[in-house]
Amino acid sequence: MKPAPFVRHVPKTLDEAVRILGEVAPQDGRVLAGGQSLVPIMAFRLAKPAHLVDINEVAGLDRIDNDGKMLAIGACVRHAAFHKPAVDNPLGRLLSVVARHIAHYPIRMRGTFCGSLAHADPSSEWCLTAATLDAVMVAKSARGERLIDAKDFFQGIMSTALAEDELLAQVRLPLLAPGAKFGFNEFSRRAGDFAMSAALVTWRMQDGKMREVRVGVGGAEPFPRRIAAAEAALEGQPPGDTAFRAAAEIAASAVDAMEDHQTSADYRRDLVRAVVQRALEMSAL
Amino acid sequence: MTEKTPITLTVNGRNYTIAVEPRRTLADAIREDCGLTGTHIGCEHGVCGACTVLVDGEPVRSCLMFAAQADGKQIRTVEGLAKDGELHVMQQAFMDHHGLQCGFCTPGFLMLAVGVLEREPDISDEDLLDVLSSNLCRCTGYQNIVKAVRAAAKEMRGQ
Repeated sequence: MKPAPFVRHVPKTLDEAVRILGEVAPQDGRVLAGGQSLVPIMAFRLAKPAHLVDINEVAGLDRIDNDGKMLAIGACVRHAAFHKPAVDNPLGRLLSVVARHIAHYPIRMRGTFCGSLAHADPSSEWCLTAATLDAVMVAKSARGERLIDAKDFFQGIMSTALAEDELLAQVRLPLLAPGAKFGFNEFSRRAGDFAMSAALVTWRMQDGKMREVRVGVGGAEPFPRRIAAAEAALEGQPPGDTAFRAAAEIAASAVDAMEDHQTSADYRRDLVRAVVQRALEMSAL
Repeated sequence: MTEKTPITLTVNGRNYTIAVEPRRTLADAIREDCGLTGTHIGCEHGVCGACTVLVDGEPVRSCLMFAAQADGKQIRTVEGLAKDGELHVMQQAFMDHHGLQCGFCTPGFLMLAVGVLEREPDISDEDLLDVLSSNLCRCTGYQNIVKAVRAAAKEMRGQ
């Protein structure tokens, strides 16, 4: 239950961090940000990285910037930075609602937004948020910088498009339209536990009808994604029980639900139906 | 280097200059290197909360942080709660409301509750319940811990 030995590198700048990462990545070097997923995995000896590039002392990575279009979240921004709305936009309230479902208070003090995305647990609330809102990931390496769209970023259970020498330096989330509606719901067996299914929805009202509908589902498949068929069923409809039930049913049949030793695919599909409907109901309040 | 490097931990206002491997967790350093065994270690993977301490005022799992990351930071543990032989309001409330039986989880609960209430004195009862779901207790059934923390919260707010 003690992590295996490793070399700890403590860069002070982003350039230094990606240079070191480039050098140690071929020897199983990893980035250490909040450590709230990586350190438990190391304690179990499921991961035995020979090098850790600790980015906690890199200046400027704890910034949240708003250019009026996107919210740019730096690699060391903790979950707790979203406890109170981080921006005066419906997105700020959305992130604040979602953040409260992430693990527990002390974990949220250390764990980071970008770290959750790089870790890519299927049940991650931030991964669901990034997928639903079409976040843009800024991947940095000694080779340069590239932008990755959320739909191309997640590739499987704890698997992303990041190369081994790339650091997820920033994630950009588009601000929502003023007055945009959102709803979030997740199911887990214990408070703070991993979500077995979660749903995030956003839309805006125009002439009594839902427009720009987004329906994201996480925890049910290897990675979260938008459910286009459910979105299409809601687009242009007035918000209400009939539309919500139909969309939840479509989402449930659209997912290729994962199974595990406690849970059948049918059960998880039932959960998807429930969380999508509850998220939609919350969005209409 | 995987070898030991010198760091200074400031625990409850006192400096401890110790030499640790990078893999040494803060929890182990506090107990083994500083000799402060009030901080307990339960699960060693961030689930139980027994090792909760305050780092620069933030309640964190000390088993999920490396000691070297706390170099130069202000750490507070259960040993720092009582002052001049008098229990902290939170400790007294745990006694008065029977918030502990075996006591193993107690240091973690105390540091969690004190840390959160110092940061957010006006936290709602509902949010406080959510905060207390962070840590595990296998004796009390939690009800008396909730009562104790709510009572101490009132007192800390000066009500």
